[in-house]
Amino acid sequence: MHGTLRQPTSNPFQLVEPTVAKKDFDVSYVAHLARLELASAEAESLGRQLGQVLAYMAKLEELDVAQVEPTAHAVPLANVTRPDEIRPSLSNADALRNAPASNDGLFVVPKIVE
Amino acid sequence: MWNRLTLTELAQRLAQRETSASEALAACWDRIQQVDPVLHAYLSCDIAEARLQAEAADRALASGATHREQPLLGVPISLKDIIAVREQPLTCGSKLLANFVSPYDAAVTEKLRAAGAVLFGRLNLDEFAMGSSTENSGFGPARNPWDPSRIPGGSSGGSAVAVAADECAAALGSDTGGSVRQPAACCGVVGLKPTYGRVSRYGLVAYASSLDQIGTLTKDVRDAATLLGAIGGHDPRDSTSVPQPVPDYTATLEQGVRGLKLGLPKEYFVGGLDPEVRAAVEAAVAQFQQLGAETIEISLPHTDYAIAAYYIIAPAEASANLARFDGVRYGSRVAGADLLELYQRTRGAGFGPEVKRRIILGTYVLSSGYYDAYYLRAQKVRTLIRQDFLEAFGTVDAILTPTTPSAAFPLGEKSDDPLRMYLEDIYTVSCNLAGICGLSLPCGFTRQPRLPIGLQLLGKPFGEATLLRLAYAYEQATSWHREKPPLPHAPERA
Repeated sequence: MHGTLRQPTSNPFQLVEPTVAKKDFDVSYVAHLARLELASAEAESLGRQLGQVLAYMAKLEELDVAQVEPTAHAVPLANVTRPDEIRPSLSNADALRNAPASNDGLFVVPKIVE
Repeated sequence: MWNRLTLTELAQRLAQRETSASEALAACWDRIQQVDPVLHAYLSCDIAEARLQAEAADRALASGATHREQPLLGVPISLKDIIAVREQPLTCGSKLLANFVSPYDAAVTEKLRAAGAVLFGRLNLDEFAMGSSTENSGFGPARNPWDPSRIPGGSSGGSAVAVAADECAAALGSDTGGSVRQPAACCGVVGLKPTYGRVSRYGLVAYASSLDQIGTLTKDVRDAATLLGAIGGHDPRDSTSVPQPVPDYTATLEQGVRGLKLGLPKEYFVGGLDPEVRAAVEAAVAQFQQLGAETIEISLPHTDYAIAAYYIIAPAEASANLARFDGVRYGSRVAGADLLELYQRTRGAGFGPEVKRRIILGTYVLSSGYYDAYYLRAQKVRTLIRQDFLEAFGTVDAILTPTTPSAAFPLGEKSDDPLRMYLEDIYTVSCNLAGICGLSLPCGFTRQPRLPIGLQLLGKPFGEATLLRLAYAYEQATSWHREKPPLPHAPERA
C-alpha cells in the first residue's frame, strides 16, 4: 500500500498562476455554498491567500495513490451502535436558553413559507 | 506559593493538610490578578462558583476523603474554552458564541469533577481551535510568559500560558494538528495528545472530528500521567471512544528506558529547522542514549505531504461541523430579509478571518468537481502517512522529533500569511492524521531571547504509558521543567 514517489509534474490544478487561480477558484461562489457573507475586500484577500494555499496543495499530485485506500479516521472500530432506548436528554428550557429568538418552547426564524 | 506547585505536589500538601483547596484556589486567583492582564490566558473566571467547589473539597477532606480515591481532590484545574462546563461560558474563542452558556458538562468535565478537581476559568484559544498562535481568538491574543511580545502557540495557547505562569495547577486543551503540543513547546510545559479514541470528545466543540482529541497541559510528566488517568476511558456518548482499559500511567513511570528503541525520522531533521532547536534535540538524543535507550535513524517517507493533507482534511471537516452555527439555535444572530440572508449575515459577522478561510477552503475541497482531486486524494495520502508510522513502530518503541521548527515567534509575524502559519505545524500534524499519541516536553532554551524549546515523542496507538515513561526518565535527568518564566512572583500567603 505504498505510494511511489514520482517527479513533480506541472501543476495539475493550474492554481499556481494567480490569474488561473482566480478563474478556477471563485470565492463568491464557494462563500455562497458555505452561507457566508464576505465584504468585497475580505473576498479579495481570502481569494488571494487561498489561491496560494491551494497551489501548495498541488504537491499531493506528486504521489501515485491509484492503488491506495482512503482513510476517513484512525479508530479501530466500525458500526458502533447503541440500544434504541429512551434516555435523559436536555430539557426544552435548556435547549432554548442560548437561542437568539424563541417563543412558546420553539426556535423563532423568519417566515419560510408564503 | 501553592499555585507554583505541580498537581502532584499540591495533592500531597492537601492530603497532609499543609494547605486547603480554598487556599490553593486563592493563590491561583491572586496570580491571575497579577499576571493575566498582560498574558490574557483566561477569557473569563467565575471565581465565586469556584470558591464553592473549593469549600466543598475542603469539607470532603475534613470528613476523610482521600486522594487515593479522588486523585485531584481540591486541585485547581482550568479548561480551554471549547470544553463544556455546565452553567459556564463556552465561547470557543468566537464572538458568535460570546454569550453562550453551556447547558451540560463534557465527559472530561464529569470525570474531573468525580476525581475531586476544582474547575475554574475559561482559557483563551484560537477561534474554534483553528490556529497555531492564539492570535485568532475573537477576544484578543494570549501572550507568551517568557516574552509577552511573542505568541504562546496555539490553539490551546491560554492553557499552556496558565500552566507555565502558575495561574492553575494543570489545564486541558484540545489537539487537532498540534494544538496541545505546540503551545506546550512554546511555553515550556508538558503537553500530551492522547491516541485518538483514548479520551471522550463528548462536550468538546468539534473542529475536525476525525483528528480532534482532548489533551493535558501540565508542569511535569507525572502530572500528565495522573491527569490522563483521570480523563481517559470509554464513553458510549462518543462513538469514536475506544473501549480499552485505562492503565495506571503513574505506576510504570519509573521503569526507565533501558532497552527501549527510539526512532529519529531523517525527514524531520532537514532545512527549516532552527539550529538552536536542532542542537537541543540532538542533546536530548544523547541524553536518552546515556539513559540506556537505543536510537536509530528511521524514515517516514510521506512526511513532506502531511501539511497539504492536513489542511485539506481538517478544513473539510470544519466546514461541515461549523454549518451548525447559523444563528437559529444558539449564538448571536444578524437579521436578514429571509432565512438565507440571516445565515449569511450571521456567519459573516460572527466568524473571524481564519475560521472563514478554513470554511471556504473546506467547502471548496468538498465541492462538486473538486472532491476527488483534493479531499479523496488527501484521505489516500493520510493512509500512506499512517502506514509510515505503523511500519516504523514495527522497529521502534517511540519516535523522537522537535515539536516545532523554531521557538515562539513575535505576535503578528505570520498573521497575514496563512500558508507560513500552516507550515509551523510541520512536526505535529502527522500524529493526528495517523491517530497515534504524542507528547511535548521542555528540552532546552534558545540563547537570545531565552525561549523554551520542545522535544516531541510520538508513540504507538494506546502507547501513552511508554511515552510517559520515556518522558519521565528524560525529565528526571534534566532540569528544564523546573525553570520558571521571568514574571513577578506571587506574594507569599501566610
